[in-house]
Amino acid sequence: MPRPIVELRDVTKIYTLGKNRIYALNRVSISIDKGDFVTIMGSSGSGKSTLLNMVGCLDLPTSGKVLINGKGISGLDDDGLTSIRRNNIGFIFQQFNLIQTLSALENVEMPMIFTGTSPDKRRKKALELFRKAQLPAEYEQHKPNELSGGQQQRVAIARALANDPPILLADEPTGNLDSKTGHSVMELLQELNTAGTTVVVVTHDPRLEEFSNTTIRLQDGAICHENC
Amino acid sequence: MRIADPLKDNMYAELARRNLRRQSIRTILAAIGIIIGVIAISSMGILGNTMKMSVTESFADIGDKLMVYPAPGEETISQRQIGQIRKVGGIDRIIPLRSNAERVEYRNEETFASVYDIDEEGLVTLVELEKGRFFKSGSTDCVLGSGVAENLGATVGSKVIIDDSRLRVVGILTERGLGFDIDTDSGIFTSSDMYEKLYPDEEEGYSSVIITVDDIDELDRVQEDIEDRINKKDELIMVFATNMITESIGGVFDAISLFLMGIGSISLLVAGVSILNVMLMSTMERTKEIGVMKAVGASRRDILRMFLLEALFLGVAASLIGGLLTLGGSYMVISFIMDDAAYLLKPSNILYILEGVLFGIGTSLLGGMYPAWKASRMRPLDALRYE
Repeated sequence: MPRPIVELRDVTKIYTLGKNRIYALNRVSISIDKGDFVTIMGSSGSGKSTLLNMVGCLDLPTSGKVLINGKGISGLDDDGLTSIRRNNIGFIFQQFNLIQTLSALENVEMPMIFTGTSPDKRRKKALELFRKAQLPAEYEQHKPNELSGGQQQRVAIARALANDPPILLADEPTGNLDSKTGHSVMELLQELNTAGTTVVVVTHDPRLEEFSNTTIRLQDGAICHENC
Repeated sequence: MRIADPLKDNMYAELARRNLRRQSIRTILAAIGIIIGVIAISSMGILGNTMKMSVTESFADIGDKLMVYPAPGEETISQRQIGQIRKVGGIDRIIPLRSNAERVEYRNEETFASVYDIDEEGLVTLVELEKGRFFKSGSTDCVLGSGVAENLGATVGSKVIIDDSRLRVVGILTERGLGFDIDTDSGIFTSSDMYEKLYPDEEEGYSSVIITVDDIDELDRVQEDIEDRINKKDELIMVFATNMITESIGGVFDAISLFLMGIGSISLLVAGVSILNVMLMSTMERTKEIGVMKAVGASRRDILRMFLLEALFLGVAASLIGGLLTLGGSYMVISFIMDDAAYLLKPSNILYILEGVLFGIGTSLLGGMYPAWKASRMRPLDALRYE
């Protein structure tokens, strides 16, 4: 049996708010295999964003283990986590989060700067990703604020793919899009998944479930199997 | 080409440039602070330095000589002592001389001058002839310093009167300016025979000796050697290095320059604080952007580099502008005050401008350091959540 690409073992995350300890995640264990398309569902406050942050190496668990590609992330410092993210994970955000000073194409190039890719290779790869994200070439030099929401999210997806990460993490990728645009963005993610990329989508929108082959439901910081 | 504006090879630099332009008014205001600071610091330095140069250049002497005088209680420097001095290594030339202050007349004019007995060879090392020739040894001819000639209205061929003797002027010296050895401008130079005729009662020996050295760096050593050799038991002679005077004057002006630059650097300090402020604001505004960059793989060093580059660009641009403005501004001021703008282009003044520019760049970097460090330490998750 192949090793899961993402594995959480008994992950607990506790936030302290004043005197209250809040269990954002309570002994959550999940395992995601390479090539999976997983949706993590749950209402607001269910812990799904916290779970995404753990998988995305943006945060460390209070207890338990997070393994990315079999490698534990506990004990890593800021730069150590950055390096894991850089090589393994592409992020897609609800707000797109493109860098406003950069053109659409430059935004796609950006993650490759941090891996030290040469300018020529960067440019070539970015153009390729632009096509892959089904973005018309005329938008290459546009600044993010000159693009529609759907186009921005496509640029963000192209950016997420820049360093060929095995995992794509999307946090409410359709949250700021109308349903038609959202649907086409999800179709793009599905295409990428078919091509081999593992996709994890966090959402509270049940319509996205149809794209995935696995759904994890969270309630009050724990995985919920029935009646959620 | 499909790509109209390809990203420059160094994206960090390009990002820094664009971020500075994004807040252009703020950038310009911060730059003005640095520009003013650089102008203040370098123009203050130039002011002090130019004052120093204009004063020290009025001295003919660059301070490369030793002066030997009889010690208090001694009348003269003897031939034997000169023989001892001659044994000291590193001496280029020994110019013994005798002198007396005297009233000099020519037609209806009279002036006070110093009458010198100094050999021709010695005199030419101190000053040049403007016209005429030197006196022959044993003759009753004389050479006048420029000041004496001017005061008396005498020229080559004139006969000046000292006591009852008439001396024919055969040469006039060029103006030399104030010296620390002897003041040739107010001197009358004549032969030993004539000198002795004028002052028959004077004791044997010389009233002073001028010594030039082979290597100016050896000046102190030669001075000590002479003192050691002659002042063995008793204090017979005093030796002065003429550079002591120029050095102490130079030292005073260096201190003035430093003080003025200190005042100038206060404005640079203020500029540094304003850079700190501007960059801190900019990191706050870009918190989310920093979070995104860190999420997609920017390390602490990458972020640090980005922000430091911004501070560096701002500093370099503003400091260079400040340097150029100083050059232009002090050209005008110096030509107005000194009537001679050539002072400005002296290497030491250019050095002050360079110093100002370097201080400007340094201050910007220093001001940018804390915000850059702060940005690099942001946790990506907190930064992403920031609204």
